[in-house]
Amino acid sequence: MNAKSPSSLSGAQVDREHAHHLLHQMLRIRRFEEKSAELYTLMKIRGFLHLCIGEEAVAVGVCEALEPEDGVVATYREHGNALARGISAGAIMAEMYGKQEGCSRGRGGSMHIFDDKTRFYGGNAIVGCGLPLAVGLALADKMQGRKRVTCCFFGDGAVAEGEFHESMNLAALWHLPVFFVCENNLYAMGTALERAQSVTDLVRKAASYNIASSAVDGMDVLTVEAAAKEAVNIVRREQEPYFLECRTYRFRAHSMFDPELYRSKAEVEKWKKRGPIVTLVKRLKKQGLLSDVELEQLEQQVAREIEEAVAFAENGTWEPVEDLTRFVYSERG
Amino acid sequence: MSKNEMIQITYREAVREAIREALRRDERVFLLGEDVGRYGGCFAVSKGLLEEFGPERIIDTPLSESGFTGAGIGAALGGMRPIVEIMTVNFSLLAADQIINNAATFLHMSGGCFNVPLVIRMSTGGGKQLAAQHSHSLEGWYAHIPGIKVLTPATLEDARGMLWSALEDPDPVLIFEHQSLLNMEGQLPANAGAVDIDRAQIRRPGSDLSVITYGASLFKALEAAEILAGEGIEVEVIDLRTLRPLDDATFLTSIASTHRALIVDEGWRSGGISAEICARIMEGAFYELDAPVERICGAEVPMPYAKHLEEAAMPQVEAIVTTAKRMVRSNG
Ligand SMILES: Cc1ncc(C[n+]2csc(CCOP(=O)(O)OP(=O)(O)O)c2C)c(N)n1
Ligand SMILES: [Mg+2]
Repeated sequence: MNAKSPSSLSGAQVDREHAHHLLHQMLRIRRFEEKSAELYTLMKIRGFLHLCIGEEAVAVGVCEALEPEDGVVATYREHGNALARGISAGAIMAEMYGKQEGCSRGRGGSMHIFDDKTRFYGGNAIVGCGLPLAVGLALADKMQGRKRVTCCFFGDGAVAEGEFHESMNLAALWHLPVFFVCENNLYAMGTALERAQSVTDLVRKAASYNIASSAVDGMDVLTVEAAAKEAVNIVRREQEPYFLECRTYRFRAHSMFDPELYRSKAEVEKWKKRGPIVTLVKRLKKQGLLSDVELEQLEQQVAREIEEAVAFAENGTWEPVEDLTRFVYSERG
Repeated sequence: MSKNEMIQITYREAVREAIREALRRDERVFLLGEDVGRYGGCFAVSKGLLEEFGPERIIDTPLSESGFTGAGIGAALGGMRPIVEIMTVNFSLLAADQIINNAATFLHMSGGCFNVPLVIRMSTGGGKQLAAQHSHSLEGWYAHIPGIKVLTPATLEDARGMLWSALEDPDPVLIFEHQSLLNMEGQLPANAGAVDIDRAQIRRPGSDLSVITYGASLFKALEAAEILAGEGIEVEVIDLRTLRPLDDATFLTSIASTHRALIVDEGWRSGGISAEICARIMEGAFYELDAPVERICGAEVPMPYAKHLEEAAMPQVEAIVTTAKRMVRSNG
């Protein structure tokens, strides 16, 4: 199981309806992110905004593999994870507007999307800090005899943090059902992986903790989905952690304040050709599984959803300032 | 067991009894930390609990303060009631990310979605010649942070009773056990149970001066009060018990009758909890004062090893006596 080279299923046959579903999910994320960037320049959204454009296949493929009762811990680049997990676009958009209809009542913003119904535990903006939480959530499941999986997303940058190593060790040592998903987009802000790691093969790091691990082409949603399903099965069945490295790329800047001095335009263009949406569309069309009309219908459906999300956020209300200090401590009923 | 039966017990045993009771009462409770199991706890607090409750509930962790503290937070989010033990407050700095960025923020940052019912216990304080990486008093510093509660049990009753109340609290609670109190021995009702965790208490009434303190310094203040009583000075000694939320009503009321306040805090003076208390007195009792508020704090040095230097770096009975006399005899 350990240290598989990136596998790809790009030749395999796919179910038409399911393929459309995956494409739809990725388009939702892409258009949502594009709209967010636009709203940022209009100053409707403030603070830090990290877009996951280019990385949609990871969020969608992985969330497809999860059951409703499973938990998710994510990073500040989490809109895609949240949408794929089932949090409504309106609740996320309203959150970024700072409205009290937002999923975190406007107290979190773009980097802190939370939702109890889908067991989405953030939106964590300290690099690496979500990993120990995932370990603990899994520990609680194990202690209470539940067969749930905790899925933890983090970037390649987090792998350099102590919390990554502590969490790998604890999850393996205590046999905990954590599904570690590394969204390796090759950069932590401006620091390329090979400038940050003495060993750039991240699978080897997980393997060194005796954690079953593999790497996949994170630009291919079907590959990610298949690998994630296999991994989640192992985690649920064996009650052991799994580490999946998804090799992906962010097409946009790290955040809205990044002139991208650290990489070439040519490099970005090269990756864009391998974009998760263009490649899936091309492939489905080639296999006769998607027509131009169907694609257009999907796009329109997504456009309506985003429009409604923006309207929901626009029509949202500001929490009264008198409520400022609520939720510092629990309100006892 | 009769209701009023008293037992002889140490502070360490009182904490252990509290943990034992919690483990018995609530199956969601478990203890997690470095050497809490086989070793029996670095200060022997959890000795015997592994044998009694098994390795599923008394969990030895590797040396990874951030990892296991974060795991405690995650387990609390997952419906458990973990007690995380960190050997000393100095080591808690390796878990500061989890305590401050996660435990303290989650409820608010999630707009009320997720509370963290977690208890973290750690030792604090000097007096054992453990030098500059094992002796500091950073509880006042943690009290700076909204979202957590900070308890400093000084008495046997509080050592025994605060843990259960902390576990019943829906939010993260930090409990600081002073190293020099662990061997303190005394009488406690056999049926001692939970105590409140949000009120300061007057440990000795007096009319001439309010001494505001907490933790191990409480006993220095009480000793000083005894000496001062012999000289006709009646000191009111207030044990804060909880540094956040700070019960200022109790000391402000006391000052309204004594008109003098002295704060005794093992933590450093600059920017410490003593400064906060002083500020609250200025805000809430300025016109009651007959003399300037004074403070006896830890000297502003990393804790030295040599005994005489360590003593000089910490508040001592003699300094409390001298300062109290000067304050009371100055006719404001
Ligand atoms: C502990 C910590 N250090 C530094 C930062 C600042 N920072 C924010 S994102 C980031 C890069 C993280 O890269 P990676 O984990 O690869 O995630 P990506 O942004 O590529 O999705 C840094 C350094 C932070 N948020 N937290
Ligand atoms: Mg990265």
